[in-house]
Amino acid sequence: MTMTGEPPPDATIGAVSPTGAMRPMALPTPRGPVSAKLIALLTGPEHSPVGELAVAATEALAISDDLLVDDDLQLALFLMYELHYGGLEGVPDTWEWDPRLLAVRVPIEREFEDALRHAVPQPFATRDVPEALFALVGADDGPSLSAFVEHEATAVQVREVLVCRTIYTLKEADPHSWAIPRLHARAKSALVEIQADEYGGGRPERLHATIFADALRGAGLDDRYGAYADHVPVTVYTSMNLMSLFGLHRRLRGAIVGHLAAYEMTSSIPCRAYASGLRRLGFGDDVTDYFDEHVEADAVHEQLAARDLAGALAEDEPAVARDILFGAAACLAIDGRLWGGLRERFERGESALRKPLP
Amino acid sequence: MSAEASARPVSITACPDGPLLVRGDLALFDEDGEPLQANRRTFALCRCGASAIRPFCDGSHKLVGFRTTPPPRTPAVTFDEP
Repeated sequence: MTMTGEPPPDATIGAVSPTGAMRPMALPTPRGPVSAKLIALLTGPEHSPVGELAVAATEALAISDDLLVDDDLQLALFLMYELHYGGLEGVPDTWEWDPRLLAVRVPIEREFEDALRHAVPQPFATRDVPEALFALVGADDGPSLSAFVEHEATAVQVREVLVCRTIYTLKEADPHSWAIPRLHARAKSALVEIQADEYGGGRPERLHATIFADALRGAGLDDRYGAYADHVPVTVYTSMNLMSLFGLHRRLRGAIVGHLAAYEMTSSIPCRAYASGLRRLGFGDDVTDYFDEHVEADAVHEQLAARDLAGALAEDEPAVARDILFGAAACLAIDGRLWGGLRERFERGESALRKPLP
Repeated sequence: MSAEASARPVSITACPDGPLLVRGDLALFDEDGEPLQANRRTFALCRCGASAIRPFCDGSHKLVGFRTTPPPRTPAVTFDEP
């Protein structure tokens, strides 16, 4: 089903995969002129001119109040990045490296990075990077969604939280894997050690993305990638795009490493709270398994990420130490806005989603 | 290949203010002598006593302020150019 009322290009590939790995994703409804022109271009005749999209993007960037919450530009950037992951349904794979499309993406990415550098204070380590990372994470005191889920959230709100996690968690760990060939020696070894665990340690059924797909189905939700692309707020796309921006640019390898460290270092204790809240609401083991797994896994990963990955990279490449801490601070700030924003909406009695769940 | 030949050497790394990271092939038993299965190749053993999933670490050492070294006297991070 598409939101435009037109049949999808190939309606026969809509069967739900038991592993949740259904890709490519169906195209979402546009959120403004840039995403509308992008979707029209990608689904139109091959080799169509990109001029109209380029003009729309230039105009949108010029008038955007805050790119970090710009629905249209963040969705457009997300769709362009998705060509590098699982792809878009009905869109030729050749668009991934089409230089004309990349030329449209570059100014959006540049403004996105500028907005991040402006919004996120740059931390500096007074002694070493691992110690600075633990201090940064320890000082992060944004409103906690996990504590709200543990004690107060309703089943409806928890399902909305799960929906907001689908865009990243159904491809969990993928944006950080882009960094593997860009790192060397100890840092590469540490990243692979973490990612191997994220990807199930040789057991496909234990892929974290697969365990999350199981949790979605257990909660009565759709586990196809992008099933809730029209429901999630812009902050979900900003959070995902942050990882893709850092992951896809070798120049920003420090930032993606710092992002992973901050992500892993803020996961164990919140995941315990999520699991506890899900049990309070009567969700089954199939739903809590994902969060229980992360309590234990991320207690390991945070040590590996802070010390063996980020610490080693900072020692081996001192020039990127600054970006390691920037990437960590950006993760805390952007994800803090995302999950703190959900909590604020719940506390006001509002839905976190742009449209009701089916 | 024999089990002996395929065994990975054991190493245990103490993390400052945190758990013991264990790598390698070793047998793990609980308080009743029952074998425990680690769920991952590299695992973390609780050192602070506060974990809810002992003997494994669940990050609780941060909540209880567990320290293996004296706290530093100056901040670890600043937001100004050094």
